[in-house]
Amino acid sequence: MTLVYPVQSLAAHPPRLSPGYKSTVKRSPTKPLIPMRHTLSELTGPVYGHETVREHDHDLTVHGKAEPIGERIIVHGNVLDEDGRGVPNALVELWQANSCGRYVHVVDQHPAPLDPNFTGAGRAQTDAKGYYRFVTIKPGAYPWGNHHNAWRPAHIHFSVFGYSFVSRLVTQMYFPGDPLFPFDPIFNSVTDEKARNRMISSFDLENTKPDWALCYRFDIVLRGRNATPMETK
Amino acid sequence: MSQAKPDGVTPSQTVGPYFAYGLTPGDKYDWNDAFGNNLVTPDASGERIRVEGTVFDGDGVPVVDCMLEIWQADAQGRFSDPQDKRAIPNSSFKGFGRVGTDAKGGYAFDTITPGSVPDPDGKPQAPHIVIAIYARGMLLHLYSRIYFDGDAANAADPVLALVPADRRATLVATRQPGDKAVYRFDIHLQGDKETVFFDV
Repeated sequence: MTLVYPVQSLAAHPPRLSPGYKSTVKRSPTKPLIPMRHTLSELTGPVYGHETVREHDHDLTVHGKAEPIGERIIVHGNVLDEDGRGVPNALVELWQANSCGRYVHVVDQHPAPLDPNFTGAGRAQTDAKGYYRFVTIKPGAYPWGNHHNAWRPAHIHFSVFGYSFVSRLVTQMYFPGDPLFPFDPIFNSVTDEKARNRMISSFDLENTKPDWALCYRFDIVLRGRNATPMETK
Repeated sequence: MSQAKPDGVTPSQTVGPYFAYGLTPGDKYDWNDAFGNNLVTPDASGERIRVEGTVFDGDGVPVVDCMLEIWQADAQGRFSDPQDKRAIPNSSFKGFGRVGTDAKGGYAFDTITPGSVPDPDGKPQAPHIVIAIYARGMLLHLYSRIYFDGDAANAADPVLALVPADRRATLVATRQPGDKAVYRFDIHLQGDKETVFFDV
């Protein structure tokens, strides 16, 4: 199967300069980006072996000596291409704050406790149909310095590899109904509402595990569509 | 099996300031690296090189919370990807690397000089490494290319030809004095020396 990566697909992404998110002001290019045709360098991408993802990497609740504090959740979904086909064997990396909204990172000095049993890093590989699954703890909201009383909505960071270097995606998964949405310049940097909603997971009652964990579904759509249009019946 | 056709790609969001313990933990955090900054494998042929530099923001301040990813062909110009039909499946050279910038905004990759890769018309491109740049304050990563100082093929490269002549130098890594093959490739996110980024 040969995939193509139309530049139009990029329209869903936020503009690099989004002044409401202050750090973009000095970190976004001021000169126009140069369009080019994709060559093999853009159309290929890394392949990783089974050694990259270990047996328990997808379950962030078993990385410590005991269970982490917080609300245990399942986060699962499909990695898809733009035609809706599952992307098999895709590497999905995840990192997040703990249930108190604190990251393990040395720079995060927000006065909330660290959890000795939770690092907040995980990794999974999609199966032959593009399906992935994590078990983790629901992250907390946390304050940041962008503006007065700025708080990030609870989110989980995702890094995903598709078929090629130009389908590479780093994004954030949000939780449905978060009251902080209207105030967050990072979430709202995506100006199209439909596109913004694709970053919000859906509550998945059907796949909760009774007496154990709630479940959220997050499908991730990567760039790439069939080079020859699909047949329409 | 296809699902309902999606109404678009999932939008990009910034990698944020706290990615290191998940994506570039090194020996600082209790997690293992999926990828590192040394791409060289024992069976890789070709010249061993180091590509190093510093990432700067629009004020010329080093960007200390930046992640860089590179992707390149082997010395024969083949990618370690089944989509490159010319690839040698058993080669252990993967051609992918990742690094986080240090406290001074610096980075380095140890790799090999890639071979020439054809463009869509089958014409040779000059040896190059593609690079993606992620950081706090970057809502969507940037994409650029690293070419090599003194390579005669640069003059005929079809992608470099798209770049205004006065900006081409931003894409060319400069060979450093000394016996070792060290190339310097600084990245300026903004300003007079702004690196050329491609809309891919």
